[in-house]
Amino acid sequence: MDTQEKEPLFSAKTWRLLTNPINKGNPITVLVLGICSALAVTVKIEAALVMAISVTVVTGFSSFIISLLRNTIPNRIRIIVQLVIVASLVILVDQFLRAYAYDVSKQLSVFVGLIITNCIIMGRIEAFALGNKPFPSLIDGIGNGAGYGLILVIVAFFRELLGSGTVFGLRIVPESWYINNGGFYANNGLMILPPMALIVVGVIIWIQRSFNKQLIEK
Amino acid sequence: MENILHIFIRSIFIDNMIFAFFLGMCSYIAVSKTVKTAMGLGIAVVFVLGVTLPVNYLINKYLLTPNCLTWISKDLAGIDLSFLSFIIFIAVIASITQLVEMVVEKFLPSLYSSLGIFLPLIAVNCAIMGGSLFMQERGYANIGEATAFALGSGIGWLLAIVGIAAIREKLKYSNVPIPLRGVGITFIITGLMGIAFMTFMGIKI
Repeated sequence: MDTQEKEPLFSAKTWRLLTNPINKGNPITVLVLGICSALAVTVKIEAALVMAISVTVVTGFSSFIISLLRNTIPNRIRIIVQLVIVASLVILVDQFLRAYAYDVSKQLSVFVGLIITNCIIMGRIEAFALGNKPFPSLIDGIGNGAGYGLILVIVAFFRELLGSGTVFGLRIVPESWYINNGGFYANNGLMILPPMALIVVGVIIWIQRSFNKQLIEK
Repeated sequence: MENILHIFIRSIFIDNMIFAFFLGMCSYIAVSKTVKTAMGLGIAVVFVLGVTLPVNYLINKYLLTPNCLTWISKDLAGIDLSFLSFIIFIAVIASITQLVEMVVEKFLPSLYSSLGIFLPLIAVNCAIMGGSLFMQERGYANIGEATAFALGSGIGWLLAIVGIAAIREKLKYSNVPIPLRGVGITFIITGLMGIAFMTFMGIKI
């Protein structure tokens, strides 16, 4: 049934849309978007993962919906139309989390609502979805959400491991190592405080740019 | 009155929007290359926060919290519209930003020319939306407290962005490792500033 012009479902181009944001076009470390909500939720991996999935869902679907409507939205009022669509999706995600993952929803507190003003979403809508077909927009949104999620999980991994000695709530550093139990180890309390998230992201940017010379700023 | 002062000081130094909650980081990183533009954006944020937060406070108090519609009629008790808060807050913020922009353009042209390009950007600044959501979560007792919180958060944000802009201006002359230049070092310096701000934590008024 496929005609000549039709692209295969996962052509090299579509694949690149998905993988580019994970490294060279990463929304956090390269484009510096969406940091607002990224850092506050990275004390524990579980919360970071839930946040990453929520953002991926919202980015993907908002790009998809805007792309479907792109020829009918008047240019002058597009920002408010986009905000309304994104806000409705975020309400869905929020209600879903409250119903099925109440503890995590409490931990994330206002940061679920702040997905609305996450610059990644508006950025991808403005830069990609307004000028492309729905399916590539969906893939682009998911790719960017995944790139964002990857950084979130990496930051959360280090903060949780060094700050609480656990990964995913499972104990990695044995109890008997702690000073209280006669050992030599103490958690780095600074890791669970907000400023360390910034420093960890700074170090990730440093490492990434050492490997990708073309990303270095003048 | 003491309580208002406490909230004001607390939101500037201890619960600083940037250093404690990372709100508004996108524009914080993007617009902090020179002190002058940073100052412009900072003042615009204080202004918009100071206008939108009291409005959202009233909307939240009289329309959105559970069982609050009883001031219209007794039959409306038991209605809970709090799930609508995200969409209403963002709509209020977007429209007030637009309104503020038009008013400033009409009556204060000199301010408009210095703030002009930043005002529309502010609608999607997380600090504004975050302010409204924190206001809802913390449940401030009256509009005075909410306004004190709004102005305090705005001034805290202004302080942070002007501080980092001043540091970045000086940073041009220092020998930063090449892959760390630009965004990377800005993150690390913000982290260090955050640690410095943590020393305010014990303050009680």
